[in-house]
Amino acid sequence: MADLPEKFGGRQPSRVGRFLGSGGGGTLDALPPIVRRLLLPAVVILLAFTYPTWREWFTEVPVFGGLLPGIGTAVIMIVFTMMAVGLNVVVGYAGLLDLGYVAFYAAGAYTAAWLASRHYEQVTFHFGSVGLAEDVIGIHLSIWLILPIAGIFTAIIGILIGLPTLRLRGDYLAIVTLGFGEIIPQFVRNADSIKGFNLTNGTFGINPIDSPGFGSGLGAIGLPESYQQSFDRANWFYWTALLLLVFTVFCCVQLRDSRLGRAWIAIREDETAAAAMGVPLMRTKTWAYAIGAFFGGIAGAYYASFKSGAFPSDFFFNISVFLLCMVILGGMGSVWGAIVGGLFLSYLDQEGLAKIGTEIGIQDVPKYSFGIYGLLIVLVMLFRPTGLIAERRHKRELEEGVHDESLYGAQH
Amino acid sequence: MAEEAAPTESSPLRPGRAARFIPRSPVGWLGLLFVALIVLWLGRNLVADPSEFFSIFFIGLTNGAVYALVALGYTLVYGILQLINFAHGDNFALGGLVASTVIVSWFGLGGDPSTGAVVVGIAVALVIATAFSSALGTTIELVAYRRLRNAPRLAALITAVGMSFILQDIGLVGWGVSFRTIDPLISNDVAFSIGDVGFQWNKLTVLALTVPVLLVLTWLVRSTKQGKAMRATSMDMDAAAMMGINVNRTISFTFALAGGLAGAGGLLYFLHFSSIRYDTGFQLGLIAFTAAVLGGIGNLSGAVLGAILIGLIEQFNEGLPLWSPGSDWTRSIVFGILIAILVFRPEGLLGERTPEGG
Repeated sequence: MADLPEKFGGRQPSRVGRFLGSGGGGTLDALPPIVRRLLLPAVVILLAFTYPTWREWFTEVPVFGGLLPGIGTAVIMIVFTMMAVGLNVVVGYAGLLDLGYVAFYAAGAYTAAWLASRHYEQVTFHFGSVGLAEDVIGIHLSIWLILPIAGIFTAIIGILIGLPTLRLRGDYLAIVTLGFGEIIPQFVRNADSIKGFNLTNGTFGINPIDSPGFGSGLGAIGLPESYQQSFDRANWFYWTALLLLVFTVFCCVQLRDSRLGRAWIAIREDETAAAAMGVPLMRTKTWAYAIGAFFGGIAGAYYASFKSGAFPSDFFFNISVFLLCMVILGGMGSVWGAIVGGLFLSYLDQEGLAKIGTEIGIQDVPKYSFGIYGLLIVLVMLFRPTGLIAERRHKRELEEGVHDESLYGAQH
Repeated sequence: MAEEAAPTESSPLRPGRAARFIPRSPVGWLGLLFVALIVLWLGRNLVADPSEFFSIFFIGLTNGAVYALVALGYTLVYGILQLINFAHGDNFALGGLVASTVIVSWFGLGGDPSTGAVVVGIAVALVIATAFSSALGTTIELVAYRRLRNAPRLAALITAVGMSFILQDIGLVGWGVSFRTIDPLISNDVAFSIGDVGFQWNKLTVLALTVPVLLVLTWLVRSTKQGKAMRATSMDMDAAAMMGINVNRTISFTFALAGGLAGAGGLLYFLHFSSIRYDTGFQLGLIAFTAAVLGGIGNLSGAVLGAILIGLIEQFNEGLPLWSPGSDWTRSIVFGILIAILVFRPEGLLGERTPEGG
């Protein structure tokens, strides 16, 4: 394994790496480093924010125009991508396989449901609610306030789950998270009368959930009072989702290059060596869990507000695997990878498979979506374990064989 | 960090068999208290309605026997590769679906068939389902897991999850989305009675098929050359290879064995619960895995003990008249047990504590 043929060798920067400016070349070299580093993200962000505009120009183009996702779909894609980037912190950075990420998504969604709906009929409390009469029953906080609350609440749940379980070895941890991922939806389904108290409204879920908005005061500068009642509702949800995603990506990139991020990667590569070097294992792992959960919670709360409801049927194990698939396809540990994998797979899930099915004349394609994702996971693992956009260090780890060598070859 | 301190259990003195169950920490005592409360609850129910209690007990025992067949597959593969073979549960479901095709479509059993036809039909279905799942298990190992044997362990685990979804969709394509059902083939007349509690033929059949399989398996692993090779490979793959054991063949054999058990389990599940579907294997796979962990993963008798305990817990939870949480909570309870065992006693009830286990 140590002497791989040249074509597998990881010496040269990858094509994607050069593209992202790490290899450099030609005219780009003339620019100052900071500009070079930020050029591509800036272009991508600019293109993404103007998507609702330039999407219009292409709708007439045959095939390609028809494949472009609608703005509503794009919101869902971005929310899932946010979760993929969050999961990437846990799985990709710290190397902790989490098969129950959907639990965090659920926790975020229900935080929004509790704090911004008519669910609690006993109280009437408004704080920054938009588009509602003052006397509407229930707790109605501003969604802008709920997003951080949901993130922190979910991070606390992440810590509570993590504290007893993070001691466990990798595959045991995967199973425990899977167990939590199964228990939490069932708890949500059953918790409609805990000693007569209706916590989650059982299988019916909680809806409607309030919409984000800026209240009546800022209408003068063009900001809508409430997204749901706004004229171009989808666009506002899209731009806000994009801002959240940019925030998530920014945090995750900063974290990766921080002291904590280096500790995560050290743990991922060799736990014993990391501990010997003085990395506090439990605290570092718990941070990974809490931060991954934080973004999952924000994404869940925002999605619940977008859909105006939280339902237990949204929180299946499948979602956890779907998110994991995004991270793996994109390349574990790579933020760009998680973004590309997330956008691609959630597009396939929302629109792509159905459109492909129509193109090739098999209507059933979406029915087999999870088989297709399973196949993708297996193929990526077998033939390109670094994912589409490989993280440099992870690539070296996989290709140069940091792990123990076996005496007999697996292939012989 | 306090957590980094070695687990308190790793004392150099090896405790005796009985002493292993004496708790050595406050958490251990809490666990013991919890078990005591459960025993009290069971006792209270037993006194309230003994015949109901025992009939529930027998249902749980039979379900546990079916789970045991699947749990053994998890334990066998884990023992040798330290891989949680997620696809195993779906292999089980496909085995059951194949058996349902043999029984319903080929033999047309249903309604009120003669005893001879039932015996022949079940025997043929058993052979075909076992062979099918066995071949499927081996193929998956050959195609996917073998290439990843030197890769990081998570890679193989993730691949297994992917395989599980592929198998589910194969079931979906082949057998459709609706449940395959069958009228009970084996009468539920009472075969024998203990006191006023009857044990029916259909339950007896399940046990009559499971117990010999377990005995043969134990003999195979304990006393044959192949079993010795398996145990050697599970202890140290490299050393086994140096001793002239064909490691790849041994691992293939293990997967074939596990697959065969899954196939037989699939048939029994179909006969016993009368319905099976493409996604049955996912849920049951998790239950069976929990059973294997409960007993001590890698330990054959542990898997059987764990499976029977899980079968009993499920039935007691759903059936007992006094203070039982009810079927809404069954899955939560099973997974709660899984989490508690992994966190507090990762070596399971019968397993040995390994350095990495804690």
